[in-house]
Amino acid sequence: MSGTSLPGRRAGPLGLLRVSPTNRGLLLLLALLVALFGVLVGAPLFTAGSLRSMALQVPQLGLLSLAMMVALLSGGLDLSIIAVADFSAIVSGWLLTTWAPSHGAFAFVPQIGCLCVGLLVATAIGLLNGMVIAYLDVSPILTTLGTMTMIKGLSIGLTHGGVISGFPPLVLFLGNASVAGIPVALIVLLLTALPVAVMLNRSPFGNLVAMIGSNEPAVRYSGVDTRRVLVRIYMLSGFLAGLAGVIMMARFNSANAAYGESFLLVTVLAAVLGGVDPMGGFGKVSGLLIALAILQLISTAFNLLGFSEFLTLTIWGATLVAVAGVTLLRRQLVFLLGLRSNARPPASRRSP
Amino acid sequence: MLRAFRRTHEFRLLIVTLLLVVGLSLASPRFLTLQNALDLLTSYSFSGMMAAGLLVVLISGGIDISFTAIASVAQYVAMVLAIRWHGEWLMLMALALGIGTLLGIVNGTLISLLGISSIIVSIAMLNVYFGLLMFLSHGNQLYNLPDWFLNAFSWVVYTDKDQNPYVLNGQIIGLFVCFLLSWLLLGRTSTGRQIFALGGNGEAAARMGFNPFRLRLIVYGYMGFVAGLGSLAQGQLAQSIAPNVLVGRELDVLAAVVLGGASLNGGQGSVLGMILGVALLAIMQNGLILLGVSSYWIEFFDGAVILLAVSTISWERRRQRAATRRVIAGAAS
Repeated sequence: MSGTSLPGRRAGPLGLLRVSPTNRGLLLLLALLVALFGVLVGAPLFTAGSLRSMALQVPQLGLLSLAMMVALLSGGLDLSIIAVADFSAIVSGWLLTTWAPSHGAFAFVPQIGCLCVGLLVATAIGLLNGMVIAYLDVSPILTTLGTMTMIKGLSIGLTHGGVISGFPPLVLFLGNASVAGIPVALIVLLLTALPVAVMLNRSPFGNLVAMIGSNEPAVRYSGVDTRRVLVRIYMLSGFLAGLAGVIMMARFNSANAAYGESFLLVTVLAAVLGGVDPMGGFGKVSGLLIALAILQLISTAFNLLGFSEFLTLTIWGATLVAVAGVTLLRRQLVFLLGLRSNARPPASRRSP
Repeated sequence: MLRAFRRTHEFRLLIVTLLLVVGLSLASPRFLTLQNALDLLTSYSFSGMMAAGLLVVLISGGIDISFTAIASVAQYVAMVLAIRWHGEWLMLMALALGIGTLLGIVNGTLISLLGISSIIVSIAMLNVYFGLLMFLSHGNQLYNLPDWFLNAFSWVVYTDKDQNPYVLNGQIIGLFVCFLLSWLLLGRTSTGRQIFALGGNGEAAARMGFNPFRLRLIVYGYMGFVAGLGSLAQGQLAQSIAPNVLVGRELDVLAAVVLGGASLNGGQGSVLGMILGVALLAIMQNGLILLGVSSYWIEFFDGAVILLAVSTISWERRRQRAATRRVIAGAAS
């Protein structure tokens, strides 16, 4: 389920335009689904209204999936992203409602400050995750399971399960406004995805992340301080989760300890569907974005067809299994026919 | 043998649990009573049963978080069919256990065939099972459960002088049945030893001639079987069956099993440790409530304990590995 070349190894500016085999498959799937749903649903799927609703729903899941993807690339998992997102929303929401001025000429300056505090808190939790994973050598799943429970407990304890609301116009702007017809939330996602893509797929840091995901001891023995890289990975994951928290707060116009909980496992689905190898090492942000488009298209089309949102969950899960199955079949065929000498034998990597 | 036991994770867990029990008995007179013990066993029966199944999966080197969805499907479908076909307990049990085992086997097959990690497959299948159940049931709770289901498996064993009944119920029996089954499977069968081998080193186990496919079917089938049994215990305790009350609890169960010393890398874990892990979390939650801590803060303490526990476990493992290396180096020189 993965791209075949190491990120960042491609030469020249033409590399930017080349589409990896995984992405080609995903784009094909996307095109097939557009055609299928175009026939089934018809024109309503392509109205400005439904396109806009898709564009408004993608950013939350997208930012959360980016946060998950960073951890997955390093061979880990970050279960705490939803808890971190909610907690950072609660922190900045509390600051916004109790401390920041809601009106005035320069009211947006302290308001942005409040949002930054929330992001800072999220990054700090990421730092805690990274320290425990890197220096205490605890498996990422367990560490983030612990922080997830603890941070969510903190949110519940502080808010007693209640909702914080009544935000200034700035937050509403983030959640509902559009610039040149494009929702601000989507712009935030794209403006985040671009630097993250460069960082993960085209920078020395990204190379280290992918190498750690492939073979951590080897990277350590070649003289890299893998611990510092791991800490930075989880800080980045925490920061992205915090950003998702801000967008979620803006979209729902409120903050709560339990928003978006059902997203947790879906982010893993999205990342893996987008070609991120769950064992670590391989994956591209562009693949993730295509996968998000696929998932959102299915969701919106099902909504228009009048199916329940839960059937969407089923189809999302089934899509992942089906894509895994097709990948396996293709690999098996390639292996049997001996078409490519560098083909991996089928299922050579046993599931742990 | 005792000296060897003193150095295990289970021993430390036992000490911590005992300290907690002693402390709570001193702090609250209501803690160390038979009534509280029975209540605890009853209310944590579902988590405990799931933990018994998940332990086996973790030892085999896999992970399954779809068991809450399997339990929901088994519970709901079995009850609908049993009512429609006018069956009673026998049919209900057969249906729930059969559905659970079947869905577990589907998981095991997919994990074996697709060759992708079990956590991804089980996340996908959790969504598939749960989404289908919610779609087909429209999220509706089952009403008008039959009397034979609501009033069953509950025996008053003893009534004290204040006429308080002490009840032994199906939940407690089911819990101990699951503990016993896991212990028998892991410790008393050749399959159990093969499961340990598969988790410890899958490649070596396959070269030894063990069949990983068969073992995975057994492991995930057993998880589904236990999920089916647990779902009935939970439904009867709650006196209602709703499709969406169980999903979301999978990670709590995972935390308890890991607290008990099972490793996510497979090959490590014991039934005693798992029981102590479940007990420690249960006793702590119960104790915090008896001490008057607001229930809003319980989850925070859960998380803190999990984080502390996994850190100490990993620190201990690292020390053990270092000791092993020293021994090997000493023998070599």
